[in-house]
Amino acid sequence: MKKGKIVAGVLAPHPPHLVYGENPEQNEPKSDGGWEALRWAYERCRRSVLSEAPDVLLVHSPHWQTIVGHHVLGLERFQGLSVDPIFPHLFRYHYDLRVDVELSQMIAEEGAHQGLTMKVMKNPNFRIDYGSITSLHLMNPAWNIPVVCISSNNSPYYFSNEVGQEQMIRLGQATKRAIERSGKRCVLLASNSLSHRHFTSEPDLPEDMSHEHIYHHGQYLWDMKVLELMREGRCQELLDILPEFIDMSAAEVKAGSLAWMLSALDVPTYPAEIHGYGTVIGTGNAVVEWKTQPGGAL
Amino acid sequence: MKKGLVESIYLVSGMPHILLASEKSKGWDSLKSSYAQIEEEIARSDADLILYFSTQWMSVLGYMFQGDPAPEWEHVDPNWYDFGSMKYQFRVDCDFATKYAQEVHRLGHNTKVVNYKGFPIDTGTIVVQKLLNPRNEKLAGMVSCNIYAEKVEVTSVGRAALRALETSGKRAIVVLVSNLSNRFEITEIDPRLDKISSLKDDEWNRKILELLAEGRLEDVSQTAREFSRQANADMGFRGIWWLSGLCGQTNSFSGRVFDYQPVWGTGAALVGLYPTHPILPLPEDEDVDSEEGSQAALVSEMVDSRHVQVNESLMMDPHSSKAPEPVGAYPHARRYGNLLFLSGVGPRKRGTKEIPGVQMDEFGNVREYDVVAQTHSVIDNVKVILEEAGSSLDKILDVQIFLADMKRDFPLFNRVYGERLGSYGATRTTVEVGALPTPIAVEFKVIAQP
Repeated sequence: MKKGKIVAGVLAPHPPHLVYGENPEQNEPKSDGGWEALRWAYERCRRSVLSEAPDVLLVHSPHWQTIVGHHVLGLERFQGLSVDPIFPHLFRYHYDLRVDVELSQMIAEEGAHQGLTMKVMKNPNFRIDYGSITSLHLMNPAWNIPVVCISSNNSPYYFSNEVGQEQMIRLGQATKRAIERSGKRCVLLASNSLSHRHFTSEPDLPEDMSHEHIYHHGQYLWDMKVLELMREGRCQELLDILPEFIDMSAAEVKAGSLAWMLSALDVPTYPAEIHGYGTVIGTGNAVVEWKTQPGGAL
Repeated sequence: MKKGLVESIYLVSGMPHILLASEKSKGWDSLKSSYAQIEEEIARSDADLILYFSTQWMSVLGYMFQGDPAPEWEHVDPNWYDFGSMKYQFRVDCDFATKYAQEVHRLGHNTKVVNYKGFPIDTGTIVVQKLLNPRNEKLAGMVSCNIYAEKVEVTSVGRAALRALETSGKRAIVVLVSNLSNRFEITEIDPRLDKISSLKDDEWNRKILELLAEGRLEDVSQTAREFSRQANADMGFRGIWWLSGLCGQTNSFSGRVFDYQPVWGTGAALVGLYPTHPILPLPEDEDVDSEEGSQAALVSEMVDSRHVQVNESLMMDPHSSKAPEPVGAYPHARRYGNLLFLSGVGPRKRGTKEIPGVQMDEFGNVREYDVVAQTHSVIDNVKVILEEAGSSLDKILDVQIFLADMKRDFPLFNRVYGERLGSYGATRTTVEVGALPTPIAVEFKVIAQP
C-alpha cells in the first residue's frame, strides 16, 4: 500500500461567530454578516486545501476536553445539534459527520506505543463539540470528507506548559505514523485562536463590527511575533516560545492543538501562508496554512 | 423559629461516577447511599425550588440562568462517556430565573436567560438533580459560574438570589455543586483503589470539612483562596462565596458531613448546613467584602497544627507498599498535623527475611555483617516510606539512631549517614542498645514534614 501523507496543516480557529456571520443553513441563528476578514481568509484556505483532494480532515479541538488521556471518535457517523454553551444565541448547528474510524483507531494505537493514554469514544449519544464543528464547517461546509476528531487533554498542562507541550509533540508524532500506515492523504486542523484574552460583554448586535478590535496591544504584538515566525518557517523557534506565549496572552494554544500539528508536520522549516488575521470579541485569530512540499511532511 | 428564605443548604459533588458507576468503587457507592439520605431530607421539605450553582457550568460573559421550562436531552460526559448516557427532563422555575437575572443585572453584570432546545446543561447539575430530585417534585433554578469573577462579585451574586426569592415569594433549598480538592488522577486507575491524589489535598479537605461540620460557612468562605492554592480546589472554590453570600455571610448553621470520598483522585464530599437563624435579604448597600482582619487569622489557624483539632478517625496511617513488612502491629508511618512519624526502620527488604550484608551460619547465628550495606538499606527503606507518604529525605527533621555495637560500627555508619543525609541538616541522636528485634545492626527512628 502506498504510504499515507499529510498534504497540509491549517491553523483553523473556531469562533462560532464565523459560522454565525456566514448564515449556513445548518445554523439556526441568522446574522447580517460580520468578521469578513477571517471568513474570507477561510475561503482562500479552503480552496487551497480542497484542491489537494484530501481523504480525511483531522481536527484537534480545545472544546472536547478530556482529563484522562487523548480520545478519538470511534463510531462511523454522528448526527445531532451542537449548541455553544457560551454563545447559544450565535451557534445552534445541526451536524451530520462521517468518521474515519480506521484512522482513529490507528492514531490510538500509535499514541499508546508512544506511552500516551489513548481512548476511542464509542458512545453513540456523544455530542460533538462546537470547536470541532466550527473548524470543520469552515474548512469543508459540504461535509463530504470523512473526519477524525481528537480531544484536548489538558491534564499534562497541570504540571507546566512545557510538560503539556512535550506530550502534544508525541501525539503529533503518533498521528503522523498513523497517517503513514493508513495510506491516506490527510489535512490537519489545529482548532485554536492565538491570543485569547477577550471582552466580557458583547454589543446588542453581535455582528456590529464597530466594536471589534484586539483586547490589548500587548496581545497584538505577541500575535504578530508568532505569525512572523510562521511566515518565515521558523517553527522550532515558535515551539520554543509557545509556553511563554501562553502565559503572556492567555493563548488558546495551551490546548495543545498547534504543537500537535507542528509536530506531525515535522516542525516546518518552510514558510506558512497567512490567509488572514482578525479579532473576535478581542481574541486574536489567524487562518494559516502549511502546504507540505512535494513528498509532503512525511 | 420564623421561616427564612432558605430552608437548607448542601455542598455536593457532581461527579458522574456516583450516578452511573457506583458499583465500581466502595467510595462511589458510599456517596450514592449518602445522596439518598439527602434526597429524603429534601423530599420532606416544603421548599418551593432547588437552586443550583454548579462549578461545571462555566460562563465568561457575565451570568447565565436556565430559562427553558422543561429542558430535555440525552447527555454524555465528554470524558466519562464509558459510564453511559444521562437522559433527563427537568422542570425549571422560569419565573424565578427571570427575577434572579434581573437582580444580577441590577448589579451591573451581563445576564442571559437561556431558553434554547439542546442547550447543554452541565454534567454536575444533571448528576445532582437526578440524585436529589429524581422525580422532579421540586422546580429547579440553575445559575452559571463565571470563571473570571472574584470574591466580592460572586458574593453579591449570591446575595441577589435572596432578593429574587423574596420578590418571587418563594423558599429554596440551595445546592452548591463543587468538589473540594480537584486534582484528578490523569491516567486510568482501578476504581477500587481510588484515593485522594495527594495527602496534602486530603488534609486540607478534612480541615474544610471540620469547619463545615461546625456550621462555619463564612469562615470557609474566608479561607477559600488559601484552600484553593493549597489543594487545587474546584474552580478556586468560588462557589462557596456564592453560597455564603446567599446565606448571609454568617456561621449561624448547624452542619453535617454526610460523606467524604475520593472520586478519581478528587475530594468529593456531601455536606448539609441548616440555618440556626432565618436567612433574609441583607440591605443592598451593606459591605460585601467583610474579610479584612479575619482571613489572616483563619488561615493561620488552619495551617498551624497547634490550633487544628484533628479528628484522628479521619487521619490516614500511611502503609508503604515497598518497605519491609512491620514485625508487629504498627504502621510504617503516622501523620499528625504537620508532622510525619515513622516507626523504627531497619535494613530488611520487603518480601524477605534476609538482611543485606548479613551472613548466617548453619545454626541461624550471625557470622558476619556489613554495617555499611545495612545503613544504606535502612536509608533506602526510609526513603520509600517517606515518598509514599508524600514526603522525602530532605524533609527529615529529626533522626534517632540505634546501633547494636557502637564501638565497631559508628565510624562506618557515620560515613554513610554523612554521604546520604548529611546535607539535609536534620537533628540526630545516636545511641547503642543491647539488642534490636531481629539480628540487625542499625535502626532509624525518623520524624519528618509530610
